[in-house]
Amino acid sequence: MAERSPATRRTLWLVLSLVFAFLYIPIAVLVALSFNEGGLPTAWSGFSLKWYVSLTSNSAILSAALNTLIVALVSTAIATLLGTLLAIGVEMRRQYGKGLEALIFAPMIIPDIVLAIALLSFFSMLNLTMGLHTIILAHVVFNLAFVCSVVRARLKSFDWSIVEASADLGASAITTFRRVTLPVIAPAVIAGALLAFTLSVDEFIIAFFTAGAGRASTTLPMQIYAMIRFGITPEINALATIVMAVSITALTLSQRLNRGIIGQ
Amino acid sequence: MTRPSRSSLLTAPALVWLTALMVVPCVLVLALAFFRRGIYGGIEYTFTLENFGLVFDPLYAGIFLNSARIAGTATLIAVVIGYAAAYAISAAPRRLQPVFLFFAVLPFWSNYLIRTYAWIVLLNREGLITQLLRWFGYTGEPPSMLYTEGAVIAGLVYNYLPFVILACYAPLSRLNPELAEASRDLGASAATTFRRVILPLTVPGIAAGAVFVFVLSIGNFVTPALLGGGRFQMIGNLVYDQFLTANDWPFGAALAMALIAIMLLVLMAQALAANRASGHTAQAGGDTDG
Repeated sequence: MAERSPATRRTLWLVLSLVFAFLYIPIAVLVALSFNEGGLPTAWSGFSLKWYVSLTSNSAILSAALNTLIVALVSTAIATLLGTLLAIGVEMRRQYGKGLEALIFAPMIIPDIVLAIALLSFFSMLNLTMGLHTIILAHVVFNLAFVCSVVRARLKSFDWSIVEASADLGASAITTFRRVTLPVIAPAVIAGALLAFTLSVDEFIIAFFTAGAGRASTTLPMQIYAMIRFGITPEINALATIVMAVSITALTLSQRLNRGIIGQ
Repeated sequence: MTRPSRSSLLTAPALVWLTALMVVPCVLVLALAFFRRGIYGGIEYTFTLENFGLVFDPLYAGIFLNSARIAGTATLIAVVIGYAAAYAISAAPRRLQPVFLFFAVLPFWSNYLIRTYAWIVLLNREGLITQLLRWFGYTGEPPSMLYTEGAVIAGLVYNYLPFVILACYAPLSRLNPELAEASRDLGASAATTFRRVILPLTVPGIAAGAVFVFVLSIGNFVTPALLGGGRFQMIGNLVYDQFLTANDWPFGAALAMALIAIMLLVLMAQALAANRASGHTAQAGGDTDG
């Protein structure tokens, strides 16, 4: 592929530069403005952390951040457990129906708005009081599907005969899992959990529909949505920068763990 | 314990969860679409098909067409830009390709609302674009770019572009360079080689990327609400309204079913395109696998 004319090579580099500019300039502007003393896009008036400091005294944002943390941690914990067990169960059997595949795949492709209204109808028909617990129930649905797909990818190359060997040597099922299966899939389980955590932290539509009335169960994306509708404020820039930093860190970690898997 | 029974034991908790909190609610919404709306906004349990009839009412059919047009335009633009980017990445030095790909996809994993908000910052009347225009000597009224159809399309393209790049890169990177060389040796121009050799072999990637952008765009309600300022109703906004403001859940459910129907149609079209393309690949396979 090296024999391209200099003109072609220049065009290709130009395309790359333009695409990356398109992808990163909007984000870069947002991040830069969050450090702008004056807070307005009209003029740069000096570097300042004051918008970050002012976040710490905004009780609505702090309580929303706490809610998001609770939802993300609890739903990730449940989804990691259920998703990992599901992945092992499915891969162990080797043959499974198309229906099962579709059921596991569905949460990843179903439009958010459809799952959101379905759960809203379901919860209200059960007369369930909605709040953080209903958001958690909902988030586990898509989170477990993502954890399952990450762990399954890892198990594709797993040699099940070593599980049988462990059992033949007298190890119990639990010991075999702890000493044989788990060490092999651990990086994928952690990568899946990080992915689930990020998805949950960022998820807006389903949380919006299943949070119920009242502000007690407002999550961070719901708070951000309300703030954006109200207008541009320098605080959103600072908050947005923090949220982006958190998800990008979690995903880079997840990616590294996954690359470790591929490398082995 | 035998392997199948242990396997069922492991899969049971997740399958119960998915059944109770996805399958049952979705079936419920489907059922809801066949009932009548009560006088005070509740649900009256008498069978009717009028909610589906209402979907085809000119007022709502117009919103469907409008959504399809906006989603279609966004898909077209995203595919053109995304394919060009994927092609440029696949032509870059091998060791740089994973790096480029990682940074192309990274924005996709940051918060959707924030990425949309970034466009409000760029496009608003005192935003960066107006500032740039002023800097170049423009003195007139700031252009109104926010709350237009163009803003909605830009937001959709921006948000879903990384996936198109990823989807198109996969077949492009697997392409055997000898195929293009053979085509050139046989006297085809670069344009002909692209149109007759490279493009047909990468159709599955384009189809996967296009389906993703179209499906997510047509059901979107955040981008039209934020960048369209509520002036551009799309199906997603309509569903939202029926459930949270108009309180006509049966009609909202029928709209959601129509959305699912469109999604399934698009997925079927993609499967067809992929099938036809795999025919092409099989023809070329004799050379590539050797």
